[in-house]
Amino acid sequence: MSGGGELVFLLCGLVAMVTAVLTVSAKNPLRAALSLLAHVVSLAGLYLTLHAHLLAAIQMLVYAGAVVVLFIFVIMLIGPSGMKPSDNPRGRVLRGAAALVMAMVGASIAFAVAATQAPYVDLDQCRDGSAECGQFGGVDALGDAIFSGAAVPFELVSVLLLVAIIAAVAVARGHSPEEKKALEGRGKAVE
Amino acid sequence: MQIGLGTYLALASVLFTIGAIGFLTRRNVLLQLMSIEIMLNSVNLTLVAFNRWSPGAPGEWMLQGQVLAFFVIAVAAAEAAVGLAIIISLFRLKNTVESDRADLLRH
Repeated sequence: MSGGGELVFLLCGLVAMVTAVLTVSAKNPLRAALSLLAHVVSLAGLYLTLHAHLLAAIQMLVYAGAVVVLFIFVIMLIGPSGMKPSDNPRGRVLRGAAALVMAMVGASIAFAVAATQAPYVDLDQCRDGSAECGQFGGVDALGDAIFSGAAVPFELVSVLLLVAIIAAVAVARGHSPEEKKALEGRGKAVE
Repeated sequence: MQIGLGTYLALASVLFTIGAIGFLTRRNVLLQLMSIEIMLNSVNLTLVAFNRWSPGAPGEWMLQGQVLAFFVIAVAAAEAAVGLAIIISLFRLKNTVESDRADLLRH
């Protein structure tokens, strides 16, 4: 790997690890969301070191542009009143044990896979700077791979997103007074 | 230091572990959802890294890993939308986003 790529990898990898820790350890959910933003941006940088240019752009658009904004929107919508951490000590030992086991499993996997060796393959760059050179991981190559090799799943993804939109609206919307009455009646019948 | 496939895989497994620990230890559902996003992203990193080390040849690239990562991103976006809708619904019902207060089925 070239020297510049190594530097970008080390920088983005370090930032990704630090911001991941900040995300899961933040007291304030808004700080966690902003750490997640930095995390996905550093992952986009890692994709760039792997010659996945289009995927890096998609990562920025979808995660930094949509998912994190959605998180921040929900945090703002709920407000600080719902975020008060419960002081219920129940399950504290179990949680600690689970975290310890997961840390050991993760460390063993990390040490096991770190020894993986694979011959490094040099990739051609676009020398003339043209967008149509069809380089590895570019718009041309990845678009061709998606539409020639995975056209049906790609169309199914659009259906999935439509279903997700409808489901999100149906679950998150409030209920009118009549609907509330009907729901309460149903709850009583269940009880 | 030689940066190869193993370095990327080790980094991805560390990120996955951080996400899993966050998911197991935090009670705030929003933070649990963010931990899930971290885990999905780390898996994407392994897919892209594996793809980088078996790229095929010019003109006939093998991009299955990146295509799969693309679909994972799409599914993760759908999952985040539905998950956040469920969180809003939970907040309407219980006035909290702590996962241990969502215990309707336990009583």
